[in-house]
Amino acid sequence: MLGRIHSFESFGTVDGPGIRFVVFMQGCPMRCLYCHNPDTWSSNAGSEYTAEQVAERALKYKSYFTGGGGVTVSGGEPMLQAEFVSSLFSLLKERGVHTALDTSGVMFDAGNPKKYDGLLKVTELVLLDIKHIDDAEHRRLTGHSNKNILAFARYLAELGKPVWIRHVLVPGITDNDDYLCRLRDFICLLGNVKKIEVLPYHTMGVVKYDKLGIAYPLKDTQPLSAERIANAKEILKIL
Amino acid sequence: MTYKAWEGFIPGKWSDDEVNVRDFIQRNYTPYDGDDSFLEGPTEATKKLWQEILELSEKERAAGGVLKADTSIVSTLTSHKGGYIDKELEKIVGLQTDEPFKRALQPFGGIRMAEEALGMYGYEIDPLVKEIFTKYRKTHNDGVYDAYTPEMRRARTAHILTGLPDTYGRGRIVGDYRRVALYGIDYLIAQKQKDKLNMDGVMTPDKIRDREELSEQIKALNALKQMAASYGMDISRPAENAQEAIQWLYFGYLGAVKDQNGAAMSIGRNSTFLDIYIERDIKRGTITEMQAQELIDQFVMKLRIVKFMRIKEYNELFSGDPTWVTESIGGMGVDGRTLVTRSSFRILHTLKNLGPAPEPNLTVLWSKNLPAGFKKFCAKTSIETSAIQYESDDLMRPEMGDDYCIACCVSCMRVGKDMQFFGARANLAKCLLYAINGGKDELCKDKKTGKALQVSPMYAPIEGDGPLDYAEVKAKYEQMMDWLAGLYVNTLNLIHYMHDKYSYEALEMALHDTDVRRFFATGIAGLSCAVDSLSAIKYAKVYPVRNEEGLAVDYRIEGDYPKYGNNDDRVDDIAVWLVKTFMNKIKSHYTYRESVPTMSILTITSNVVYGKKTGNTPDGRREGTPLAPGANPMHGRDTSGALASLESVAKLPYEYSRDGISNTFSVTPASLGKDD
Repeated sequence: MLGRIHSFESFGTVDGPGIRFVVFMQGCPMRCLYCHNPDTWSSNAGSEYTAEQVAERALKYKSYFTGGGGVTVSGGEPMLQAEFVSSLFSLLKERGVHTALDTSGVMFDAGNPKKYDGLLKVTELVLLDIKHIDDAEHRRLTGHSNKNILAFARYLAELGKPVWIRHVLVPGITDNDDYLCRLRDFICLLGNVKKIEVLPYHTMGVVKYDKLGIAYPLKDTQPLSAERIANAKEILKIL
Repeated sequence: MTYKAWEGFIPGKWSDDEVNVRDFIQRNYTPYDGDDSFLEGPTEATKKLWQEILELSEKERAAGGVLKADTSIVSTLTSHKGGYIDKELEKIVGLQTDEPFKRALQPFGGIRMAEEALGMYGYEIDPLVKEIFTKYRKTHNDGVYDAYTPEMRRARTAHILTGLPDTYGRGRIVGDYRRVALYGIDYLIAQKQKDKLNMDGVMTPDKIRDREELSEQIKALNALKQMAASYGMDISRPAENAQEAIQWLYFGYLGAVKDQNGAAMSIGRNSTFLDIYIERDIKRGTITEMQAQELIDQFVMKLRIVKFMRIKEYNELFSGDPTWVTESIGGMGVDGRTLVTRSSFRILHTLKNLGPAPEPNLTVLWSKNLPAGFKKFCAKTSIETSAIQYESDDLMRPEMGDDYCIACCVSCMRVGKDMQFFGARANLAKCLLYAINGGKDELCKDKKTGKALQVSPMYAPIEGDGPLDYAEVKAKYEQMMDWLAGLYVNTLNLIHYMHDKYSYEALEMALHDTDVRRFFATGIAGLSCAVDSLSAIKYAKVYPVRNEEGLAVDYRIEGDYPKYGNNDDRVDDIAVWLVKTFMNKIKSHYTYRESVPTMSILTITSNVVYGKKTGNTPDGRREGTPLAPGANPMHGRDTSGALASLESVAKLPYEYSRDGISNTFSVTPASLGKDD
């Protein structure tokens, strides 16, 4: 079972609890306007590894995981390669390593909810990135509906799976009190959310667009003010 | 033996007719596992005094780096009358000369260097001093050059051996300055006299030297007493309270820096020792916490203004004017108790009370077992000041025990029991180029022929247009390292013989056991560059590009290769091999005074200058660009995140690099995680 991988980070400190080894999977169906990793979109780029190879690589850092850390699989969209991630997580769990899945949830199919049960069984924490609470806005932002994503959030709640909700705050797109309140109301009903992270929009991905020769869609968007960030955090302060 | 000064101390071996500071500490110190809430701010006197120093520093900068310099009085322990910053305010006194910021004249390492340094700042050396140190009194530098072989001089010119302590004081020797406080000078003299009596029998040259050195040590101790007397203090007896303990200890250190302009003049491991005196005074009700902090603040203030007269190139080499007044703090005892005391907090707290500063080089001996309160305080102080150095106590303690200190930045020695012969560095990246070019330097020309300088004997170069064959390069590299290790050790043997002869550190050695263990501290530069070059040759295709002389002066690389710094064993194993191989070659040679050979992989800033003198390398590095500092991966080649980079470095075998391994590592706060 081979996985197509974009890159590894041995010292991940922002994608889940503790110090984490982060695996960035290659390939993503979403085309978020603010995406800062456009180089992970294509399913053909990157390099192939077996789950054993990746587990071996991650386990080199096991001694750093003592403070609640572990392995996060991010992307790209890791659920595109769910089978690979399942076998990787199984190997890691056997060795007592905490596993986290950083996903947009877009692959979830409300009509076939059990499809990813195998993966979820070996996933200890889901970092669920809800891009937008409003379906029309979500389509504009990502090219996809958010229906399956919200359904995935509810399904995870049903399973009682621990979840961190992540939400990128973008001026003119998600930085809007009405949307933020709707997002809060949605999260409030779930009951399995352990943490809500507001991720302020940044422009660090712009160089990658230049390199790939893709036009950067948000070139006129300015970074957020500290007040707006504080405002969003205040609205989403439920826990 | 007992003194009034020792009242309240638990006696033991230390008070039973032997010099044993560690035993004193172990029996008397109070471990502290609380937090920093007890600490006090600076007193008015401290603030005022520090303000005066800041003003002097400003004047010094405005004057181009040196405010005043002595041009005629040769610095010895007793050369100057007492000097003060502001006598009324000073709780701890003593300056290197009779005025603050006036640099001393220290020509015993080399008169030319002393003259040159003065000249660079617009001062002229007193012609009489010059005459004395040219005609009548030989210096270390003269001795070395009288004995250097042509090959040694070539290696030095070509910078394959570099930074050698042949024109300046070797430094790195740390006296046990605590002994001055605990025992007083008279006791120490009596012990040394006993040692001298016992040093009898057949008068071999070694024994004669040992006896002469002991006499020098005793003279230095007497001179120290005289120096203290010029400040109105009698250090012939032990210190009786905390203020005296700090003062006596500082006098010991001050004597050392008046005597020696060493490359690194570290101070040892003192805060827990001093804590015993402070605790006793606090219990007696004779000082408050505020006063205790004031003493520590003012002690540190003195250490911050230690200055030497040095040439500008020296400052360039080290990117500043470092004195490496390293003070080692904390750590764990071999019995499992922490050696952290309240004074470990107090000395770090000076960074807050006086503001951050690079000197003294406050170094925390880190163990995972340190008390949580201290760890938190260190982290907080680091975040606020970026001025704490950390070293692994867990790594050093098994071999060095729990009373070692750091000299310079990574080099560990048991206080008062070990000394070292500082050996600078051999450039292993350049050595690899020599292996390819048969010992011809890729940059240096022979002045007579105008062709490449043949530095080593004429070894067979690698011929042809490549690609370079890994097995052949490796075999030739080993041969070249054989040559280099031999030459390097011999050069150092000669240098240290002369240093002992013409610039002996009598006071510092008087504060060591007579039967001292000596380290022969070699070092390497260019590790990651050499390793990546070998990896490129092994895993990619590397073609030499030759000049008209046939010398390989550049390399064309086809394909990619694994780079050191990514936790990839394919290349990290080459690094391990290189460290072990070179150290084994060093070990196979005779080392001066039965010293124990060690090696360091350490450069903090001088890698920039070493890089300037190294041509294009097979890893693709361009001529003149910096080598990586210490054991660091080459700049920008560690692309798998911080831990992968650190893990590569951590594979280097410490037992083959016992004098220390440094890795310079910066992180932005945001990359350490989120604050919520």
